[in-house]
Amino acid sequence: MGRKSKLFTLVFITAILAAVILLFMYRSHFTVLNPEGTIADQQRDLLFFASLLSLIVVIPVYFLVFFIAIKYRAGNKKAKYSPNWDHNHKLEFIWWSIPIIIIIVLSVVTWKSSHDLDPYKPLASDTKPITIQAVALEWKWLFIYPEQNIATVNYVEFPEKTPVNFQITADAPMNSFWIPKLGGQVYAMAGMQTKLHLSANKEGVYDGSSANISGEGFAGMRFKARSSSKANFKAWVDEIQHSPNKLTAVEYEKLAKQSKNNPQAFYASYEPGLYDTIINKYMTPKADTKKPEESGSGHEMMEGMDHGAM
Amino acid sequence: MVLGTLTAFAALTYFKKWKWLWKEWITSLDPKKIGIMYALVAGLMLIRGGVDAGMMRTQQILSTGDSQGILSSDHFQQVFSAHGTIMIFFVAMGFVFAVMNLIIPLQIGARDVAFPFLNSVSFWLFVAGMMLMNVSLVIGEFSPAGWLAYPPLSGIEYSPGVGVDYWIWALQIAGIGSLLSGVNFLVTIIKMRAPGMTLMKMPIFVWSCLGSLILIIFAFPILTATLALLALDRTLGMHFFTSDFGGNPMMYVNLIWAWGHPEVYILVLPAFGIFSEVVATFSGKRLFGYKSMVWAIAAITFLSFTVWLHHFFTMGAGANVNAFFGIMTMIIAIPTGVKVFNWLFTMYRGRVRFTTPMLWFMGFVTTFTIGGVTGVLMSVPAIDFQVHNSLFLVAHFHNMIIGGVVFGIFAGLTYWWPKFTGFKLNETLGKCAFWCWLIGFLLAFMPLYALGFMGATRRLDHYDASLGWQPLFIVAGVGVATIGLGIAFQLLQLGYSIWKRNENRVTGDPWDGRTLEWSTTSPPPYYNFAAIPAVTERDAFWEMKQNKELKEQKAEDIWLPKNSGFGVIIASFAFIGGFAVVWHIWWLAIIGLFGVLVSLIIRLSQDETEYLVPASEVSAFEAKQRRQTT
Repeated sequence: MGRKSKLFTLVFITAILAAVILLFMYRSHFTVLNPEGTIADQQRDLLFFASLLSLIVVIPVYFLVFFIAIKYRAGNKKAKYSPNWDHNHKLEFIWWSIPIIIIIVLSVVTWKSSHDLDPYKPLASDTKPITIQAVALEWKWLFIYPEQNIATVNYVEFPEKTPVNFQITADAPMNSFWIPKLGGQVYAMAGMQTKLHLSANKEGVYDGSSANISGEGFAGMRFKARSSSKANFKAWVDEIQHSPNKLTAVEYEKLAKQSKNNPQAFYASYEPGLYDTIINKYMTPKADTKKPEESGSGHEMMEGMDHGAM
Repeated sequence: MVLGTLTAFAALTYFKKWKWLWKEWITSLDPKKIGIMYALVAGLMLIRGGVDAGMMRTQQILSTGDSQGILSSDHFQQVFSAHGTIMIFFVAMGFVFAVMNLIIPLQIGARDVAFPFLNSVSFWLFVAGMMLMNVSLVIGEFSPAGWLAYPPLSGIEYSPGVGVDYWIWALQIAGIGSLLSGVNFLVTIIKMRAPGMTLMKMPIFVWSCLGSLILIIFAFPILTATLALLALDRTLGMHFFTSDFGGNPMMYVNLIWAWGHPEVYILVLPAFGIFSEVVATFSGKRLFGYKSMVWAIAAITFLSFTVWLHHFFTMGAGANVNAFFGIMTMIIAIPTGVKVFNWLFTMYRGRVRFTTPMLWFMGFVTTFTIGGVTGVLMSVPAIDFQVHNSLFLVAHFHNMIIGGVVFGIFAGLTYWWPKFTGFKLNETLGKCAFWCWLIGFLLAFMPLYALGFMGATRRLDHYDASLGWQPLFIVAGVGVATIGLGIAFQLLQLGYSIWKRNENRVTGDPWDGRTLEWSTTSPPPYYNFAAIPAVTERDAFWEMKQNKELKEQKAEDIWLPKNSGFGVIIASFAFIGGFAVVWHIWWLAIIGLFGVLVSLIIRLSQDETEYLVPASEVSAFEAKQRRQTT
């Protein structure tokens, strides 16, 4: 190796070391790799397993890249040169079959894990699960507790070590409901319901957000998720139930209007059947304005459309 | 941008070059010239997309805590939507068509493409789409709904402005151009190969293009239909993809990815083909495992239509469906892995010359492998739930597209540059550009993998300071700046090489090439081959050189297509029509539509569209070329 390549190797190794040290200093920020929920735990383990499995191919590739590049460089006249050597069934058989075997193993794991960790699958537990309905609005999250008859905005609390059955919908463009510390995300879509089952291992406060762009204020659609002890959760529910705010139909209309970085809010009660109303309103023709069918001919609609900026 | 265009116009008028431009370039049906124009447009768009990337990173470095950064949310969202749209449709696609135009006819020993006029129409439709997209910078606004504009966000209810309409019609026009090109080149490859070139003797680049073209023909109609439905929703108040009235946005997501996933392979297959040519040439060796390579391409082509659902495991399809699409996705890793080993064993027992194209290949193998691993990780649905729509995903697909497609295109352009200009590009500046790109890429995207694990989602114009993301965004920003430096080196390389072109003059075969394109002079005569070569072996030109068969070819009479201005005229009407629909100026839209139809009818009723180059003229031209190059 010449001086230049020695210098290069040195720089390369230093860079990698620096990167590793930097990442180590930041390790607590890696929410996905430091999970605190049963689902996220398993997803993390799966991630590590699949990464290790792929190293079976990656390590030989990197070894071969550098070994072959150095040995068969044009300057090295000692190396064997066979310009017409263009196939070898044994070798090709090896590198068709090794990836195939790896993928078979991974396929089995995928099939199993897709079923075990299906977000729609209720979690097995001795504790009675709690149901929370999450509604993506422009641009905030509304949480409805049908069993406790309370509602919150941009804040969700549930007891630790208890399965949480999230029922998810939207009264907005498509969003994605994600609490990285507890487990993977699921889309929130208007007019339909998706489900997500999570459970926190211990007490803690976690960040949640929308992972799918839904308009101008989407970056501010963050919420806090707290898992608390059962006693604390009860006390918290009790406190909310005695707060003065009520989420009436009128209040909901106000809330559903576009707003950015909405502060947290708590409601002692909500309009009965609110969650179903939100879903069902997309099932029937809306009575409101601007819809072409109501506003008469197509021509009128064209004029009525606000195209701004012109 | 506007200023640049105006300057270019002024310069053209000043130097009285309009006529020259019209005669030699705009109306040309020569695929070599069309290819060069594609590359030029794509290069310009690369710079615009790059500036967008710089703005995004600057915003994300600054906009944390109390600071709101330099862009408003709406502006930031327009910028990232434009970045994605431009990079895929007008940079990557543009470069891919550039290389196809330049190389396919020459490599199969043909004088032209199957439908030369259609080729011109395709190119100008591509330009019309590009122009329409860029007009949105000045008049109105661009779509803020992301590069694939999922409804209901992209519907009229949530995006009432003209932005999404610009997006739809720019892509619609450019997409039809791509579809026509797909048909054109597929027929070219099937029907116009030199005698003796059976399918299994085709250069591997042509094979990879064949795979890509088949994908274009099957996938682009889906895009056209999907965009048309979205346009009907927005313009005529229909309800295909709305949340209410029985519309279904999930249908759009399925359809757009049924095009979108094959699109990835449309881009990457030709890049694989380029690497195969580059590695074989610079190792001075036959490509290892040609048959494996062909089967791998065929497998990838087929499988790419069976995996689209992996883009939305999180939409709630259920465990069986998710698992199926996850496994299909992993299976694609097998032929791709095989290709990597075949390339490495092409170098094995070769004499590898580390020229710039070869460095791009080394950069590709080392980075693409990382992207492959992260791709396999995300193909496991249970893992995907935790990284979907995060910056991990963003890092992954940039890993594939920069490491795979962009590096491949740069390898190809450097490799084939002397073929079309008669001189090589400066190697030192090329290597500087390569190292900037490689290091810049690593700095820009490795932090994004880490950020993804920190729960950072994509497309955020602001984030809390407490999340601790800012340092990594700064590293990524430095990476983007380094890539910018790489682009600067490339521009410098172009300028310097053209200035000093007489120092790097080459003959027909500067790299000791293996395939037919190197058997003519560089630059190739306008008719490509004085006599159509007869092919007996795979690396046809290499075999000719080995067997000393390079005898003087006897010239023959050649028919070539006449220039035609109708390509640019049709595309201009398409542009006018597209612009009119965006702004709901219906009378103008009708003029645009009729303009397209009438010009098409006039062109189709022309009889004499070809002219004869007599053998004597060919011989004279050949003799002159040879004097010049030796």
